[in-house]
Amino acid sequence: MTGGEARTLELIERVRSKPLRFRDERVTMAHGAGGKATQSLVEGLLAPAFGMTELADAAVLEGLALTTDSFVVKPIRFPGGSIGELAVNGTVNDLAVAGARPLALTLSLVLEEGLAADELRAEVAAIARAADAADVRVVAGDTKVVERGRCDSMYICTTGLGRVDPRARLSPAALRPGDRILVSGPIGEHGIAIMLARGQFELAAGIESDTRSLWSPVDALLEAAGPSMRCIRDATRGGLASVLNELARASGVAIVVRESKVPVHPTVLGACEILGIDPMYVASEGRLVAFVAPEAADEALAALAASPGCEGAAEIGVVKTDPAGLVLVETAFGGRRVMDMLVGDPLPRIC
Amino acid sequence: MRFVDEYRDAELGRALAAEIVATVDPGRHYKLMEVCGGHTHTIYKYGVDDLLPDNVELVHGPGCPVCVIPMGRVDDGIAVAHEEGVIFSCFGDMMRVPGSRGTLLEAKAAGADVRMVYSPLDALRIARENPASQVVFFAVGFETTAPSTALTLMRAKAEGVANFSCFCNHVTIVPPLRALLESPDLRLDGFIGPGHVSTVVGARPFEFIPGDYRKPIVISGFEPLDVLQSVHMILRQLAEARCEVENQYKRVVPYEGNPHALQVLEEVFELRPHFEWRGLGFISHSGLKLSGAYADFDAELRFPVPGIRVADPKACQCGEVLKGVIRPWECKVFGTACTPERPIGTCMVSSEGACAAYYNFGRFTREKAVV
Repeated sequence: MTGGEARTLELIERVRSKPLRFRDERVTMAHGAGGKATQSLVEGLLAPAFGMTELADAAVLEGLALTTDSFVVKPIRFPGGSIGELAVNGTVNDLAVAGARPLALTLSLVLEEGLAADELRAEVAAIARAADAADVRVVAGDTKVVERGRCDSMYICTTGLGRVDPRARLSPAALRPGDRILVSGPIGEHGIAIMLARGQFELAAGIESDTRSLWSPVDALLEAAGPSMRCIRDATRGGLASVLNELARASGVAIVVRESKVPVHPTVLGACEILGIDPMYVASEGRLVAFVAPEAADEALAALAASPGCEGAAEIGVVKTDPAGLVLVETAFGGRRVMDMLVGDPLPRIC
Repeated sequence: MRFVDEYRDAELGRALAAEIVATVDPGRHYKLMEVCGGHTHTIYKYGVDDLLPDNVELVHGPGCPVCVIPMGRVDDGIAVAHEEGVIFSCFGDMMRVPGSRGTLLEAKAAGADVRMVYSPLDALRIARENPASQVVFFAVGFETTAPSTALTLMRAKAEGVANFSCFCNHVTIVPPLRALLESPDLRLDGFIGPGHVSTVVGARPFEFIPGDYRKPIVISGFEPLDVLQSVHMILRQLAEARCEVENQYKRVVPYEGNPHALQVLEEVFELRPHFEWRGLGFISHSGLKLSGAYADFDAELRFPVPGIRVADPKACQCGEVLKGVIRPWECKVFGTACTPERPIGTCMVSSEGACAAYYNFGRFTREKAVV
C-alpha cells in the first residue's frame, strides 16, 4: 500500500466516525431497510431529539426492560410464519437479547377496511399461540381501522416489558479483543422465505421463515457463561453484517468473520447466488449473534447448540483490535474483504 | 453448491497463485485491466487481489453498465417517470444513480411510480396487468442484457402490448475499448476480457486488441479461480512474448458468440450515430436505439424527453477511474464527499462499480504476497 492510499483510508475512517446526520429531503424505502439510511434516521434525527445516548434493543429502567416494534410485512402469511407470530417474536427477542426475561406485551392493530374476518381470526390465534410459546401475556391493546388501500391488510405494533436477568452484563460497547463470536444457526432464512413468497422472481424453494422466540437460547447462554457474555443481538433487518458493524463501531474494535464458518442453508445460498444478494445482509427473525469472552466460549457454544432450534449454532469469528470500527471477512477462497453496512434496500418490508 | 464451489476452491487458488509468482518477472510492473464490472466485483468479493504478487496491478475498466450512464440520461428517465399515468421500471442499481436533480429512488418517494424489476419480461408483465397505465422499461447494459430487452420487445410486438415502451440506453463493448486504447494517458499490459458480453458477441470482436494494439486479452469467467487463471494466461503470453485472444471461459463462451442473440439484436436495435458515456464523452456508434420496425415501442418517441446534456460534477473523476488512469482512492472525493450512501459518481453506485467495490470490500490495509 502506498502512502497516498493509507492517507485516503484514514480520511475515510475519520469521515465515518463522525455522528451520522439525517440530510434527506424525503423518506425513501432505504430508510426502512436497516442499513446506513436507517442508522442516519435513528442516530441523526430521533436519538438527539429525545436526548438518547445509548441505543440498545431495549431500554432498562429500574430493573425492567422496555421495547417496542411495528410489523408491516408483505405478504402477511409466508412459509414458516405470519405477521402475528412475527409481532410477538420480534418484540420478545428485543427483550431477550437485552438479557431480559419477557413478561408482557401490548398489542396495537391497524386493520384495513375489507380485511376478511377469517384472516383476522387466524392472526389473532397466531399471536395467542406465539405468546403462549414465548411464555408472555398480552395485557393491553388498541385497534384502529383505516380505509381500503391505506395499509396492506394489517399492521401490528407490540410493546414488550421484561425483567432484566441478574446474570446478564450485556452492552454493545463491551466487546474486547479476543472475544469469540457465535451464531445460533443458519442465517437469512426469513428474508429469503419472504422474498420468494412474494412470487416476484418465479423462484420456488422449500425455505421457511426462522421466526422463533430467542429467550430460551439467551437463558442457556447466560446460565453457561453469565458475566462472560459481552453482548447478544438478533440479526434482523440488515442481517448479520449490520449487527456486526454496529457493534464494531460501538465497541471501537475490529471484527473478523471466517466466511466458511458462517452457517447458511444451501437453498438460501442458492437463492442469494441467483439474485445477486449476499446472505450476510439477509434478515433472520429467530437467530442471535453472541459475543463471549474466550475462556467461556466453548461452554457457551455447547449450551447454545443444546437449545431447541439452535442445533446449527457455530463459532464464526473473533474480535480484534485493528482496524477499529471495521468488519473484515476472511473469504473461503483465501482472501480478505471489508463487510460494510447495507446501503440500498434489496428486500423491502420483511417484518 | 455443485458447479460453483469447484471454482472457489482455496487450495487450487493457492496453487495458481504460486504459478503466477513463478511466471512474473520480479523486475517488471504489470498493469492488467479487467474490462467488466463483474470481474471487479469478484476480485474484491473474494479477495483475489490478496493472492497476487505486489507487481501485478489490476486496473478496473469501463464495463459496468450502470457506471457509464451519463447524468442527462438519468434526468430523462426521471422526467418520463414523472409523466402522468406512467409506471417506470428499472433494475435495482439504476434506482440509486444520481441525475442532476436526484435519483429514481427519490423520484419514487416524491410520488412517481418507479418499480424495481429483475428482468425486462417483468416490466412487460406489469404492462399486461395495468392496461390503463403506460409502462416504461429503463434498458441499460452491454450486449449482455440487450438480447433480453430485444426478446421482450419482440414479445410485446407479437402480443400487441401497446402500453409498453423501452427507454433504451444499451451500449456496445468494442467502441469504448478502442477509445480506451487510443487514449494517450493509459499504459496497460493486457486485458481480462469480458466474459458475459462474450457469450453473446463471442471472442472474435476482440481480435483488434492484439492485432492493432499488440496487447494480449483473455476472455474470463467470473468465479475467483477463473480470474486467477486468466491473469496467469495473460502473464504467460507476456512471458512468452505472445499476444493473442485466448478464451479461458470456454465452458460458456463460443468463439463465434451466440448467433441467435446477435440476430435478435440486429432485428430490434440499430446503432446511434453517437452516444454519451459517463466520463468518456461521446463515442461514435457505441449506443443502440430501437430500429424502425420497433419505433412504436420507443419511449423517447412516445414521451417528451428533455435530452439535456449535463456535465459531470467538477469534483467527480469517474472518467479517469473508468479509463483506469487513476485508482478509485486517488479520486479527490472518494470516500469523503462521495460514498455508496451518497454517491456523486456512478462508479460508487453499482456493486460492480470500481469505487463501490473498493469502498465496500477493499477499504483496509492489505498484506501482499512478496515475490
